Amino acid sequence: MLQYAFQRVLLALAIVFVAISALFTIMITLPGDPTTVLLGPRATPELRAEFRANMGLDDPVLVQIVNFWGRILSGDMGMDYNRNRPVAEAVFSALPHTMALVFGAIFWSATLGILLGAFSADNRNSWLDRVTGVLSVGFIAAPSFVVALYSLLLFSVTLRWFPTIGAGEPGDLASRLYHLALPSFAIGLAWVGYVARIVRASMLETLGENYIRTARAFGLTRRKVIYNYALRVAILPAVQVLGVGIGGMLSSAVFAEIVFSRPGIGSLIYDSVSGRNYPVVMGSMLVAIGFFVTCALIADLVNAALDPRQRVK
Amino acid sequence: MTETLTVDGLTVHYATREGALQALRDVDLNVPAGQIVGIVGESGCGKSTLINALLQLMSENARIAAGSVTLEGEELVGAPSRRLRDMRGRDISVVFQDPMTSLNPVLTIGRQMHDIQYREKISRAEKTRRAADMLGRVGLPDPVAKLDAYPHELSGGQRQRVAIAMAVLMRPKLLIADEPTTALDATLEVQIIDLLKELQREIGCAILFISHHLGVIAELCDRVVVMYAGEAVEEGPVADVFNTPSHPYTAKLIECDPGRMKTKAALLPAIPGDLPDLTAPPTGCIFRDRCDKAAEICRTSPTPSAVTGAHWARCHFAGGGRQ
Amino acid sequence: MMDRLKHSLIGRLLADPMAVFAMAIIVGLVIVAVFADVISPHDHTAMNLADRFAPPSSTYWLGTDNLGRDTFSRLAQGSRIALYVALVAVSISGLIGLTLGMIAGFGPRWLDNVLLFVFDTLRAYPTIILALALAALLPRGLSTVIIVVVITSFSEYGRVVRTQTLSLKNAEFILAERAMGASAARIVFHHVLPNVLGPFFILAAMNLPVVITIEAGMSFLGIGVPPGTPSWGATLKDGFDYIRNTPWIIIAGGLPLILVTLGFTFLGEALRDQLDPKLRKSR
Repeated sequence: MLQYAFQRVLLALAIVFVAISALFTIMITLPGDPTTVLLGPRATPELRAEFRANMGLDDPVLVQIVNFWGRILSGDMGMDYNRNRPVAEAVFSALPHTMALVFGAIFWSATLGILLGAFSADNRNSWLDRVTGVLSVGFIAAPSFVVALYSLLLFSVTLRWFPTIGAGEPGDLASRLYHLALPSFAIGLAWVGYVARIVRASMLETLGENYIRTARAFGLTRRKVIYNYALRVAILPAVQVLGVGIGGMLSSAVFAEIVFSRPGIGSLIYDSVSGRNYPVVMGSMLVAIGFFVTCALIADLVNAALDPRQRVK
Repeated sequence: MTETLTVDGLTVHYATREGALQALRDVDLNVPAGQIVGIVGESGCGKSTLINALLQLMSENARIAAGSVTLEGEELVGAPSRRLRDMRGRDISVVFQDPMTSLNPVLTIGRQMHDIQYREKISRAEKTRRAADMLGRVGLPDPVAKLDAYPHELSGGQRQRVAIAMAVLMRPKLLIADEPTTALDATLEVQIIDLLKELQREIGCAILFISHHLGVIAELCDRVVVMYAGEAVEEGPVADVFNTPSHPYTAKLIECDPGRMKTKAALLPAIPGDLPDLTAPPTGCIFRDRCDKAAEICRTSPTPSAVTGAHWARCHFAGGGRQ
Repeated sequence: MMDRLKHSLIGRLLADPMAVFAMAIIVGLVIVAVFADVISPHDHTAMNLADRFAPPSSTYWLGTDNLGRDTFSRLAQGSRIALYVALVAVSISGLIGLTLGMIAGFGPRWLDNVLLFVFDTLRAYPTIILALALAALLPRGLSTVIIVVVITSFSEYGRVVRTQTLSLKNAEFILAERAMGASAARIVFHHVLPNVLGPFFILAAMNLPVVITIEAGMSFLGIGVPPGTPSWGATLKDGFDYIRNTPWIIIAGGLPLILVTLGFTFLGEALRDQLDPKLRKSR
């Protein structure tokens, strides 16, 4: 298990390193004045000259990459010259909002998806199973930003059940959750469909296994067999899919943050792109990719922990 | 002699697209208390259907068309599912064929053995103690440590010992062993057979032992039932049946390859011909098409005829017949 | 042989009501895209400031936007953009993925590992976030949309093709061909390619709606089509900006996206059910 974990962590680190370095390389090698790219169009000529010298922009690309990582590792993500604050500050104050959004979406998809999937498998070929099957595909197919727009229109603007903007009062958990419910649901809906389908399929497969027959032959209750013995095995593929799916959820989070006017990495990047604020774009990318890769890694390890067979591989 | 298990005229049909598949037809079977009864037959003879019917855990398209199954006088067919569940694992339990797949891979051995004892009103520590005790009794080294192990960490033979320990943990009245040695190699097979014998003496349960392997049946069982195409065709004390087989099918099984009595075989000896189509079984004797002795009379169904006291065969020529 | 197979596949698809529904939507989309100019009741650029934010009516079937432009006509034009981007982007990323996947599966071990790492790395970019980052560097337009889609999606084809190729590499009939001295090219084009194409096309069908969504999403964010272009995403953006004036732009603008993604997804499912017998059993 330890060796497995070590390998996965190493691979994850390598992926983040290469992914960010590639992006950095594109940014500094693109035609145009890199000081404009890195400082934004509002920088004064003096600032540019100083920056050029400080950053060693005339050094070879490889040296610049090494220097870039040196700065990152020492905690310096650069300056947000548009608003005169360190990039790290901007990024790390936005990250918790996006994390809440993504974990909220995972909460929706895990609870609803697993319930629907297990229920469908338990009542295979009933009309409820069929309805769930069609609904799942519908959920998967609906683009998340259309879901976000429709739910904003229906629940916030028309029915006024939920707030239209913001992330709620700082420190007030109830208000935060209230503001979180709709956007995270909009992101999670597609994943409810995915998880329901995966859980249903793997549940049906699991229910055919011999050890399920054993459990029933030993007189365990049907509920215990299905929701405890079988489900424990059947949710494993769903954990993996949700881990990888966080990438997609981060993309959806951009829309949810803009549609519901929430702070977060997505709206931070969006604002920075419109303002050509490259250091913030770079920092946000680093954090977003790092977050995604970490989550996928955790899902992988959780899976290995839940499934003892995995660890020997 | 009291009977632990009595099966009387059991008939099971599967609904298929081609019509009702008559997987078991009018099967009679007795397992006396404290005895080991063997069932032998080729694949497709209805052994698995029989086990599922005994446990009342049948697939959705299966239906008991007639007959009864009683455990110590209590009728199981049509019994409330609550009552059945109550009896499973406590009064009647099973060791399945493949130890690699019959244990839950994501739960520890200890957890699975705990769960079986869910009906017992005893402390967790006591349940753990009983589980470890039973693991020790089936001959697993270091039983306490084994409780924390996952199935994949054990060898095939060890897993089958665990499966047996789980099956006898509640001291059932009837233990069904469904080819428990088929997936194991020959040395392990002998060990498992010895273990079953020993446990049977200790616990005093009756055992229904299903096997392909005539030699194992001969060594382990008191009585044997020979099944063919969904019917019990011959039954009797092991020595009588194997020494004086009275149904042509039994005779074929034994004569086809006498060497198999001693060595392990995955399959029964090949007998020319195919199993009859069970969606439309022929009238008369079920073995007629493959039987050398088939005669005009075999177009009518034979009834069980006694050979000696407790030995009978479902053949017109058996016992006092015209052989 | 090939003809019969195709014939029976289409026959089986027609027997599946979901597949018929899906194909009807897709055929409808293609017809609307081809005849957009004919079926549009209005010029999609014509502004009619007297009729701003009109609800659906017999004149404006799906209402009008903030400039009084006919929403139905704009959506009909938008179907062209959606189809164009989807077809071009899926073809390019599919071809790249197909080539790299076969190289990974058939090539030496080290190359396979390198390509796998590249696939893994590309998967680490969340699509829309990468789109935003690149949008800051590249000019606004459909080619940027296509570049983003290709970068983020060819690795998926590569993975599937690689797995398929690997499993074929040691199949008996291919080993036999090799033993008889067949060239690598012959094996790849005669044996591997035909066997890889099934899963490949299923994936492509499943990816078309994803690409359409990415285009709409990028246009919604203002980093897709140039301003004024009637992309579905741009229409939705107008609807979002004026959500308090009228709900109709959002409602109408979301419908084609939902219908088209449903259509392609159902078709992909039906194709998979028909082409992959293993999966057919489990559904």
